[in-house]
Amino acid sequence: MTQQSPAEGSRSLPPLSDLERGRRVYRHRQARRSVAISLLSTVVFAVVIALVLVGSPGWQVTRDTFFNPEYFWPALPKVAEGLLLNMQVLAIAVVGVAVVAVVLAGLRSLKGPVFFPLRFLAAAYTDLFRGMPFLIVLYLIGFGIPALGFSDKPISVVLLGTVALILTYSSYVAEVLRAGIEAVHPSQRLAARSLGLSHYGALRLVVLPQAVRKVTPALMNDFVSMQKDVGLISVLGAVDAIRAAQVIVSNTYNYTPYVVAGLLFVLFSWPFIRLTDWLTARQQRREQIGGLV
Amino acid sequence: MNAPRRSSPPLRSPEQRRGDPATTAPRRSSPPQLSFGQPVLQLRGIVKSFGANHVLRGIDLEVARHEVVALIGASGSGKSTLLKTANLLERIDDGQILLAGDDISDPRVDVDGVRARIGVVFQHYNLFPHLSVLDNVTLGLRKVRRLARADAERRGMTLLERIGLAAQARAYPDRLSGGQQQRVAIARAIAPDPELLLLDEITSALDPQLVGEVLDLVAELKGAGSTILMATHEIGFARRVADRIVFLHGGRICEQGPPGQVLDAPQHPQTQEFLRRVLR
Repeated sequence: MTQQSPAEGSRSLPPLSDLERGRRVYRHRQARRSVAISLLSTVVFAVVIALVLVGSPGWQVTRDTFFNPEYFWPALPKVAEGLLLNMQVLAIAVVGVAVVAVVLAGLRSLKGPVFFPLRFLAAAYTDLFRGMPFLIVLYLIGFGIPALGFSDKPISVVLLGTVALILTYSSYVAEVLRAGIEAVHPSQRLAARSLGLSHYGALRLVVLPQAVRKVTPALMNDFVSMQKDVGLISVLGAVDAIRAAQVIVSNTYNYTPYVVAGLLFVLFSWPFIRLTDWLTARQQRREQIGGLV
Repeated sequence: MNAPRRSSPPLRSPEQRRGDPATTAPRRSSPPQLSFGQPVLQLRGIVKSFGANHVLRGIDLEVARHEVVALIGASGSGKSTLLKTANLLERIDDGQILLAGDDISDPRVDVDGVRARIGVVFQHYNLFPHLSVLDNVTLGLRKVRRLARADAERRGMTLLERIGLAAQARAYPDRLSGGQQQRVAIARAIAPDPELLLLDEITSALDPQLVGEVLDLVAELKGAGSTILMATHEIGFARRVADRIVFLHGGRICEQGPPGQVLDAPQHPQTQEFLRRVLR
């Protein structure tokens, strides 16, 4: 407890009782005990996994093929260079997804029979691209568009891959946003419209900001998922991290470069995963009113 | 009080408690090891701060069996926080809480077991919207008291008849008026026959014409012998049902006594000031 001058005597708290001191000591001890237990169980778990792996009959071969330092370090710069391309594609695709998804979600939340065709189109779009495996969208866009022959010059596979990514992910994100829009209490819309705001104004200034806050964890989840799906553009031939690894693998017949690429993807997405957790925790803290429960 | 101030009496284990058929026992029965006249709730030197905001600065309060105590005071005087600490929804920073003699502020206590012994009614009802009225009332009986569904529903229907809502047993809470919802919330709270009932501003969210039906029900609970600690803004109601009025100010008990004394002849200037403002 902080010391308080006698002048503010009536505002000060009574000194801490021995009972409360005892309770705090007890809680502190309990907290330390549970940390110790969880540490111990983690170590035991890790040791068991390690023993099972190392004790397996094929461990020598597996280690030399997948975790070979001889191939690990030489592969790293090439694969890392490829990851730069993944990052660029991701940066552009995220902006595209945000724009398309907001428009789609807005269209789907339009009310009234006049807007039926727009609602229908938006619904058909999201149904189609959420249902179709991303790999197939990639093939259709990546090989189908050039086959149409609109352009004499070859279209960049990176561009096509980005478009495919936007098509698929905007349909996911649009549905998440729509769920958020519908989760905002109708009274908020009433209040906004009562101020004289238009449907669009109410959506943009009142509903969407609240909707996005509600679905931030889901949006971040889609973002992290997108981050690794960027690696699939390698099937079109774009030299990204996975493709770079593949090139080395096909020369050496050692799979360590794939592990390198996998690790780099994990490292790349890790800050965003942590950010998601942090945002979720912060939101929980803000909305929690019930103290201990 | 004869117990030494810092004593912590032995706790009843959850098994013992589950063993006693609280829902079938007559209402006024008390656990065998308790002497008659032991307070249901004893708060000793309760301190609670939120950061630099000292909400409770040392509260000593006892609620006797079958007693109805009303906490009054301005917003922010600590009424709600005091109720939450009694139900272990907020951890106290100092002091001791005894429920029927058991030190429930002890960190070793079975928190869920303690909460099962206390009924709470909230300002905003907090009914479960995905459950029917009857399921709301019987949830605790079935899942905490482990009663068979048929037994729980029999008791639930008895309670709903008592609050005049038996016809709505299968309806969902959002089909009910605020007053009806709050009565269901009261039925849910008293269903497991708790030793203590905490009412936190239960009429504050109601339309004025709906307040009466809820207050009548509380008066009936008092008649049936419930032990109640409530926070309220309804001075008239506090006068009608409370055995004792406790006026909180600045996180301390400023004045307490029978309604006639505190409300009609307040001694403390803060009480006088508060009553002048709310009764104007």
